[in-house]
Amino acid sequence: MHRPSPKRIWIWQLAVALTLFAVWWALTASKLLPPFFFGEPLKVIARVVEWFVVGDIWQHLGVTLIETLLAFLIGMVLGLAIGLWLALSVTASTLADPYIKAFNAMPRVILAPIFAVWFGLGIWSKVALGVTLVFFIIFFNVYHGVREVSPVVLANARMLGASSRQLLRHIYLPSATSWVFSSLHTAVGMAFVGAVVGEYLGAARGVGYLILQAEGAFDINTVFAGILVLTGCALMLDWGVTLVERRLLKWRPSHLS
Amino acid sequence: MSAALQFDRISVTFPPRHRNEAPWHAVADTTLGIGEGEFVSVVGPTGCGKSTLLNVAAGLLAPSVGEVRVFGDRLTELNRHAGYMFQADALLPWKTAAENVGFGLLLAGLPPSDIADQPRHWLAKVGLSHAAERYPHQLSGGMKKRVGMAQALIVDPKILLMDEPFSALDVQTRQLMENELLALWQNNRKSVLFITHDLEEAISLSDRVVVLSAGPDTHPIGEFFIDLPRPRDVAEIRLTPGFVELHERIWQVLRAEVLKGYAQTVA
Repeated sequence: MHRPSPKRIWIWQLAVALTLFAVWWALTASKLLPPFFFGEPLKVIARVVEWFVVGDIWQHLGVTLIETLLAFLIGMVLGLAIGLWLALSVTASTLADPYIKAFNAMPRVILAPIFAVWFGLGIWSKVALGVTLVFFIIFFNVYHGVREVSPVVLANARMLGASSRQLLRHIYLPSATSWVFSSLHTAVGMAFVGAVVGEYLGAARGVGYLILQAEGAFDINTVFAGILVLTGCALMLDWGVTLVERRLLKWRPSHLS
Repeated sequence: MSAALQFDRISVTFPPRHRNEAPWHAVADTTLGIGEGEFVSVVGPTGCGKSTLLNVAAGLLAPSVGEVRVFGDRLTELNRHAGYMFQADALLPWKTAAENVGFGLLLAGLPPSDIADQPRHWLAKVGLSHAAERYPHQLSGGMKKRVGMAQALIVDPKILLMDEPFSALDVQTRQLMENELLALWQNNRKSVLFITHDLEEAISLSDRVVVLSAGPDTHPIGEFFIDLPRPRDVAEIRLTPGFVELHERIWQVLRAEVLKGYAQTVA
């Protein structure tokens, strides 16, 4: 099959975005869609530009990003520690199994109001929500990573004289982290979701809060502007994860290279 | 003199996997000794419990009945005198070739300078100096086996356990690896227990070939001393009359077992 060159495809991808914007503009400008509900793309872009030029957005964006980062880091450390523990201890994992399943099945976004009561309206209630989302992704991947260690590799390390601590350090941990890194995109995305949803449900700062405020004032253009900024932000986070991944997983066969 | 490795009336029984299955008697009443510096090959039909025997020798698996003695001492945990070369891929995929070779030294707590130098030396010995920084997925099957060989030998085990290490390689690579193994062994004679289903490989490498019966209840049914001169070239020795005659004699014993084993896998 003929594949366009990377440079070409980039142009085409941009063209798709511009077309979508043009259609949006045409529909709302011609009043086929009521601008009051669907916004006006030019005003949306003007609002985004204004945010960055005046600098209003930075403190909100900063808060959202700090919440995302903290949720991700805390969720990752907890998921790694508890995942390793449960995967290596049969007693602990049998005991915890129903609770892990129940807690994972629960729609955890519903915990946001409780976290708001517990941790206040500052960043920590959002971090807590993000942690509950990130934790399970990391946890299940660590669990699989440990369970999927090749028995031959394990036997080999033992024959070469590895103690149980050395097995953890040189076999289980690298295997678990490779699984964790493969889920990094989802985990960072979830941390971001936790932060924004938390802000949306009650906060004094953050992009989620900004969107909520605009909705209260029926300012649909600002809502769309907020969504646009969030999307851009999520794309940049994802790109950052890809960079980290490439560095840390260079030992893994890649179908890209 | 006590043997380097001595199986003393070993039986290994695996519990049934399902309730209405019978337990599997993999190995029954096996007595076998490997002298110091002796190269012993064990041949038998596929699935006859050869690997089970090796795992017992490594201490990875405890025999149901009987005992294993290593230099006269009863084996109760992992065999600390033994290095193991596996049939399957056993390299750590997240470590480079050099790191894999040096892994045993790292585990033993050697200073970093040794862990840097010795693997390089060993990689040179197996002809892989150029591939030190490559990860296992960037190595060919033969290269992986070389790294595995260096990894097992760098810690200088007195006993070397080998589980069909070259069975996944093509014939040419395989003969190269066999010659390399012989060259390394010639310089530093370890006691080797070599498991294979390939009779030619067994004869060309060994001092002694032991034939196992088909499973279940696998046990030795024949023992042959290989008095071919050393050093040997595995490709050339196959053409000598002595080799052909030994092959003929051992095959007489092995053939019936291979047919039995084959009948079982088909059934």
